[in-house]
Amino acid sequence: MSLFKLTASTVAIAAVSATAAIARDNVQVAGSSTVLPYASIVAEAFGENFDFPTPVVESGGSSAGLKRFCEGVGENTIDVANASRKIKETEIAACADAGVTDIIEVRIGYDGIVFASDIDGNGFEFTPIQWYKALSDKVVVDGALVDNPYTKWNEVDAALPDQEIAAFIPGTKHGTREVFEDQVILAGCEASGDFDVFKAANGDDTKAAEKACISIRTDGVSTDIDGDYTETLARIESNKDGIGVFGLAFYENNTDKLQVATMSGVVPSTESIATGDYPVSRPLYFYVKRAHVGVIPGLQDYASFFVADEIAGPDGPLAAYGLVSDPELAATQLIVEELKPMSEGM
Amino acid sequence: MTDATSNGPTARAKKEHGSLLVQDALTKRRNASERRFRAYGLTAIGIGVAALILLLTSILSQGLPAFQQTFVTLDVVLDEAKLDKKGNRNIDEIKKVTTFGYAPLIKNGLKSRMEELNISIDGLSDKDAGGIISKEAAGQLRRYVIANPDEIGNSVEFRFLANGRIDGYYKGRVTMQSAERDNNVSPQQLQLADALKDGGALVTRFNWDFITKADASENRPEAAGIGVAIIGSLYMMMIVLVLALPIGVAASIYLEEFAPQNWFTDLIEVNISNLAAVPSIVYGILGLAIFINYGGLPQSAPIVGGLVLTLMTLPTIIIATRASLKSVPPSIRAAALGVGASRMQSVFHHVLPLAMPGILTGTIIGLAQALGETAPLMLIGMVAFVRDFPSAPPEGFFDPASALPVQVYNWTTRADPAFVERASGAIIVLLMFLLCMNMIAIILRRRFERRW
Repeated sequence: MSLFKLTASTVAIAAVSATAAIARDNVQVAGSSTVLPYASIVAEAFGENFDFPTPVVESGGSSAGLKRFCEGVGENTIDVANASRKIKETEIAACADAGVTDIIEVRIGYDGIVFASDIDGNGFEFTPIQWYKALSDKVVVDGALVDNPYTKWNEVDAALPDQEIAAFIPGTKHGTREVFEDQVILAGCEASGDFDVFKAANGDDTKAAEKACISIRTDGVSTDIDGDYTETLARIESNKDGIGVFGLAFYENNTDKLQVATMSGVVPSTESIATGDYPVSRPLYFYVKRAHVGVIPGLQDYASFFVADEIAGPDGPLAAYGLVSDPELAATQLIVEELKPMSEGM
Repeated sequence: MTDATSNGPTARAKKEHGSLLVQDALTKRRNASERRFRAYGLTAIGIGVAALILLLTSILSQGLPAFQQTFVTLDVVLDEAKLDKKGNRNIDEIKKVTTFGYAPLIKNGLKSRMEELNISIDGLSDKDAGGIISKEAAGQLRRYVIANPDEIGNSVEFRFLANGRIDGYYKGRVTMQSAERDNNVSPQQLQLADALKDGGALVTRFNWDFITKADASENRPEAAGIGVAIIGSLYMMMIVLVLALPIGVAASIYLEEFAPQNWFTDLIEVNISNLAAVPSIVYGILGLAIFINYGGLPQSAPIVGGLVLTLMTLPTIIIATRASLKSVPPSIRAAALGVGASRMQSVFHHVLPLAMPGILTGTIIGLAQALGETAPLMLIGMVAFVRDFPSAPPEGFFDPASALPVQVYNWTTRADPAFVERASGAIIVLLMFLLCMNMIAIILRRRFERRW
């Protein structure tokens, strides 16, 4: 019986303390897995340097993070959503429906998307046209749309090595996929002049033509990776002909295993992305609930610490990890300082 | 195989069938098929053992290095001009100096140690030299100064973690060749590390911090530990045990001993069996909807994780408990009732003690299952980067925490290769926990088992 008494009293104590302990004193962050490493670096440094508790950072993807962000206002909802893309109009509307207005948008910098292959294999110098020709479902041969016939890189372009095409690209749930489609495949489609053929084939419908351009072949030449970059790396290690799509930061941490391909003659680096020479990149954001500022201790301090020069600046730890720092960081700092919500800030 | 030879033919055997001493064709076939079956069995066990050995060797070979870590010992001058400009030892003013202000002190400490040991390496900048010390060092120094402000101005000896790549060099993960191609480490840095090692300032030793410290960001894999995850898992197991055991046992006793046999109890029975097979992620969805969105409990907290895992474990415990209650012979109940015990007395004085080993085994197996679960925790926010230790229970149940399998999952997704080793190390710890729990289950069963 003593076990029973012990159990009962423990449950009772837990129940009583439940009401007292519920007030949350740590910042809660969720969202993009691309932003996660940066956010955790900042959270760690924040915990070290401030008297506030270390923020809790979850990943799960931009869309999932923004969805949770828009669930409402209150201590059992998250304070900050990380995103590797801009918040969508539909998401802003969903937020507003749940009472989440006055969202502060903070752009932390840019992320480069790079193409890398096994370090001991052939080196590559790509252009978007080559990627479009290698991966699009249909390509133009002799003026007619045909199913993609290429299986080797040198068939796509004689300048490329004689190597099987084996691409490992991010799955459709990743924000990176969208950037890859828009800035590489579609850009290649347009640059090669094939876009007009697609447009003609789709009855002059630009939207449909774009969609046809970026539809990726499904005959096994290209593999969607739904996991993260570690999975892409593992695939390349087992298939030496493979070429994978990575974030710049991931590549920078694995330069002993991967060699990076140039795009339109530019080597990806934090500098070439910052200047805009390297064509494939995207901004990274986090979104702050203004209603939580002042309620959750340390929220504003966390946000301004994130974009401080010593953190997000070109010499800070985020840049060292692979973030391309934003040349307009000062403007972002001002937004955080004044807690300027999106509608006024834009 | 020895059985087959022992009843071999003898000279006196007659040709009539039915003799025990002569193997006829049928017996030979039967014996052969038995031999074949044994061979199949042995093969099956062989495959199982081989798979286990493969798994264990891969985990152990990858994970054991995580328990070793490379440290650099330095004398750091706690420069008053940098740390306490006014010199009044006001703790609030000392706190204004961030870790970025402490980093140069460590670089100076390393420089003086290099001079002391007469180390000079061509092509190694001061910045790169400082890079061999973990980024955690500045935080460690700052914590020390805030705890001991009187030490400002003195020179204090510290043992700092070496950078993950330097550590990897002594574990065979990084070589001079790979360092050439690696953006994060240079061969010169490795030479410096070797020189420091020769001078006795750099040692690789057992790393308790891996077990006791919290997770660290991707910039400092060398500092990452599983302390918060162990505590989070422990808290959740406490909650599961405290809730699932009494609820599960009470439900089983009622269903088995008191409930009338009708369609309603049948329905409950079917549902319990069904729930045991429901994918665990479903409980996560339930937990998010009920405990967090409706109940208002905090996210990422062991209390919610514990409640969700309780729901998940309950069917297992109920099924195991009912099976062990059923296995108590009816004669025990009849005898108890026969000497005038009430039904409750017969259950609590006789049936339950006899069923205890089975109940405990079922509970521990349920707990072990819950300990290894990640999917439901993902939805309630426990798959997260958590640095702060939760406080002591019961308040600590409401603080954010991580869990062991979550930590493994988190580390396998990180970019720095040093996390692979730590993920395997965390798996080893998790396996040890499971091993301990299963041992306890066996010991309890041995001690309390009754035969009749």
